[in-house]
Amino acid sequence: MIPAEVFLTFILMLSIFLGFELIHKVPATLHTPLMSGANAISGITVVGAISLAGTGQQDLSNWLGAGAVALASINVVGGYLVTDRMLAMFKKREG
Amino acid sequence: MNTFIQFAFVVSAALFIFGLKQLGSPDTARRGNMVSALGMLIAVVAALLHQGIVEYQWILIGFAVGGAIGASAARLVKMTSMPEMVALFNGFGGMASLLVGWAALAPGAGTFTLVTVLLSILIGGLTFTGSLIAYGKLSENLGSGAVLFKGQQIVNSIIVAAILGSAVMFCLEPANHTWLYLVICLALVFGVMAVIPIGGADMPVVISLLNSYSGLAACAAGFAVDNNILIVAGSLVGASGIILTQIMCKAMNRSLANVLFGGFGSVERRNRGEIRGRDQADHRRRCL
Repeated sequence: MIPAEVFLTFILMLSIFLGFELIHKVPATLHTPLMSGANAISGITVVGAISLAGTGQQDLSNWLGAGAVALASINVVGGYLVTDRMLAMFKKREG
Repeated sequence: MNTFIQFAFVVSAALFIFGLKQLGSPDTARRGNMVSALGMLIAVVAALLHQGIVEYQWILIGFAVGGAIGASAARLVKMTSMPEMVALFNGFGGMASLLVGWAALAPGAGTFTLVTVLLSILIGGLTFTGSLIAYGKLSENLGSGAVLFKGQQIVNSIIVAAILGSAVMFCLEPANHTWLYLVICLALVFGVMAVIPIGGADMPVVISLLNSYSGLAACAAGFAVDNNILIVAGSLVGASGIILTQIMCKAMNRSLANVLFGGFGSVERRNRGEIRGRDQADHRRRCL
């Protein structure tokens, strides 16, 4: 059985290579929307926060988790909406 | 159920990858953003189905508060001030990773967990304050000039040394929370110190770099709470953010080191910096 740490580090290594490959030749006009879109994905930490905020124990972890859910939701919701607005504007100008 | 959740995470990771890929070309960019948002939705719903979750009240309050703030900020922001809005959102993401890392700290945690908790706190904390400073500089609430003072490098070296010292002490004595609080404070201070010497015109590059950091912070938090999707999505953002930062630097004919440390120079260099600054402002307008 492979230890979990090793397995997770494997995943990390592969995702890093994938990340490099994905952003290969991006036109300069798309830099800002791409940054913003990637930023929204980094709000994925909301998933980790959910599991901490829902334990039902009224302890520090629970409150920290709830705060993290709120902050990460700002990042996720705001990030996707702002990216969409940028791209909408971009399309209009191009067309 | 647990297996189902894990498979749902696999699907959402695939959607993130597709989304990022499509965001890279003008025709599909908007759809790519939707695809990535769908991936996020699936991940969140899957996380809510987990058996360990017995109380939904605080999660829903968090969603409501954060979602309302995020949606209204994204709706109300002026077109020209979107980059600083991205910086602000990014800062909140970093802070969230800091809190997740902190909350994952349980008595009797192994060294590996302690190190990942440390990393998510450090990277998350510096992303938070760094992004706030970047926001302040771009929105010109703080003044966009580079802040330089005598002995700045010495102060920064002391902060880095203090971070390393308290990080080691934290790993040795995880029960003593003084070290934890010290690490949090130092990470927050370091974020400020890292961004103030950089001029406002370079902020888009800095935001891109901080975006990459917030991905890495999410990744570290993923290790701390044992969550695959955090690791995959976080490292995707981390890696693509770094490469995007490099592409942006290249578009301005500069190296990343020059952007980050270029502020530490003579007045003569700063004048040249202003000319460059104008070029970069042009570049920014083109990017928008």
